[in-house]
Amino acid sequence: MNDPVDVLIIGAGASGAAVAWSLAETRMHILCLEQGGWANPAEYPSTGRDWEARFYGDYSPSPNIRARPEDYPINDDNSPIKVVNFNGVGGSTIMYTAHFPRLHPSDFRVKTLDGVADDWPIGYDTLAPFFAENDRMMGVSGLAGDPAFPPTEPPMPPLPLGRSGALLGKAMNRLGWHWWPSDTTVATIDYEGRARCINLGHCTPGCAQGAKASTDITYWPVALRAGVELRTHCRVREITTNEHGMASGVVYYDRGGVEQFQPAEVVIIACNGIGTPRLLLNSASGRFPNGLANSSGLVGRNLMFHPYAQVYGYVEEPTDSNRAPPTCLWSKEFYETDRSRGFVRGYAIQFGRGVGPVMEAVMSEGKGILPWGDDHHRVFRKLNGHRLTASAICEDLPEEHNCVTLDPVLKDSHGIPAPRVDYTIGENSAKMLEHGIARGKEILAAAGATDVCVNSPIPYGGWHLLGTARMGSDPERSVVNGWGRSHDVKNLFIVDGSVFVTSGGVNPTSTIQAIALYIADQMKQRLADLFD
Amino acid sequence: MSAENHLSSRQRDDLAVIAAMMIPASSQYDVPGADDAAIQADIIATLGRDAALVAEALDHLARLAGRPLAETGAVRREAVAKEFRTTGGGAAATLVRVVLQCYYRDDRVLRSLGLELRPPFPRGYALEQGDWSLLDPVKARPSMWRKTT
Repeated sequence: MNDPVDVLIIGAGASGAAVAWSLAETRMHILCLEQGGWANPAEYPSTGRDWEARFYGDYSPSPNIRARPEDYPINDDNSPIKVVNFNGVGGSTIMYTAHFPRLHPSDFRVKTLDGVADDWPIGYDTLAPFFAENDRMMGVSGLAGDPAFPPTEPPMPPLPLGRSGALLGKAMNRLGWHWWPSDTTVATIDYEGRARCINLGHCTPGCAQGAKASTDITYWPVALRAGVELRTHCRVREITTNEHGMASGVVYYDRGGVEQFQPAEVVIIACNGIGTPRLLLNSASGRFPNGLANSSGLVGRNLMFHPYAQVYGYVEEPTDSNRAPPTCLWSKEFYETDRSRGFVRGYAIQFGRGVGPVMEAVMSEGKGILPWGDDHHRVFRKLNGHRLTASAICEDLPEEHNCVTLDPVLKDSHGIPAPRVDYTIGENSAKMLEHGIARGKEILAAAGATDVCVNSPIPYGGWHLLGTARMGSDPERSVVNGWGRSHDVKNLFIVDGSVFVTSGGVNPTSTIQAIALYIADQMKQRLADLFD
Repeated sequence: MSAENHLSSRQRDDLAVIAAMMIPASSQYDVPGADDAAIQADIIATLGRDAALVAEALDHLARLAGRPLAETGAVRREAVAKEFRTTGGGAAATLVRVVLQCYYRDDRVLRSLGLELRPPFPRGYALEQGDWSLLDPVKARPSMWRKTT
């Protein structure tokens, strides 16, 4: 048996890294178990001539397609939106666009303001100092003064507008709609050992130069220097409990596939909205027959994605294409509730600069706008390097029937039951998608774009995995309390996207990490009576 | 088993035929067709995890044609290709994608498109700042986020 540790963290991604770094100052023995390994930037796709092709293979965002040894399969056949993620040190921060908005203050008060879903037990003001701390640790570039958001101070200047940003900005000005340079975790100046971005462009499947923040190059080096232990290629099967109903440790498979028991005084789960409920449900026992921490029956329930309505078209002017970070601007014009639109809540618009030639060819052929035969070359030259994209990222409201359960048949390479996702797009989200498509078309028309295409929802767009172990003050209506501790198991904490009460309409990583830092801070303040 | 062994001689012949139908050579743009020997060799060598689906797509093509596609006439090929695109499903999409991803990384093709013959790393690209005065009207807007208290 392994020596006991004070704190055991499961998962080394966005939230696991943040909570490990924050707790390191306590000098407790902190161990993190991660099912994947360290990424090697020299192997990232942008280092080779097959850089685009690998997006469809070993660097696919879909774990089912990627199918690496560290990936676990996910049965998402019964969902129009497929789950995408990355497993390894850094988690899905290895494979994200680095778009880094925060949830708005109104996102934490949806019941009070709009009469839907539930309010969060915490608010924006509570998280504000942790957002700022996370911005410093991850290294955020952006521009202060956005009228659509409370004041912020990004530590680095924004990414250049480039050709694409200028074209989109002009279009938005013609319409009189809000737009602003996005907050991103792409370094625009030399920052904490990271060189400023040289525009490799293919940011999502790993940044070979390290300008894009992922927690393997931000939080983890600092946490390791502070004494945190990180064991890679260790897949946790279940959390065990003792006769008092407290978590006693975990059973995991080590790099060699050998079953191990790791005792711990405190267990923190950081596996995000699919992995966390999977682990809790796989930890069922005689005392917890419906899964651990599940007296509410809500573990795995209320799964929220962000349904994306992607609209793109082609302008005569050349765009930045793949030669810059893909994201550049956001718009919050339609973010806050306006009931005259026919739905409540809202969406951000995330603008894209364009794509590379292979992706352009594959997508355009699939849409039927790139012909076979003699006219192929002429049309391709009209499309390639001329694309602009506007994507509405829609707030998804929690619905209990959207859920993660254990698949009765599918298992991972260690024989552990795999998750099954059952999800449908709700009525409010569907109306929002339609609204977003219409506005996206107006934007592209204002930019002079033609050959407009729509993907709604983006099928492989399940990046944001939220709500499946929600926080709240009522143990019958939530899984963890307002500072991340399980209502049922007093030494079990959850710090990832599964604690979200509602989804907001923006990329969640910034908020996930701010919550992880907040929970760590609460734990530090309550060390003397943590389990009371 | 090497990737090359995943496709039979007949399947490789049909792959070249369908690739040429997708992207024929063009003297106007000075580019080869997707049936070019070097491009075909790249496709075969890098099929990897796509090999089974590509083989399935090629078998579907042959079934639609009633014989190897390479042995049919031009008119029949056009009809088969049209049906293949509507009935081929995921396997057909995979075949099309592997042809496109190898074609659009070929040196001759990239040169014709005015693109550099290199991966993004380590040189990267230049990105112009753009006209930041475009943001002035947005900066002039009043605060628009929803207050909660």
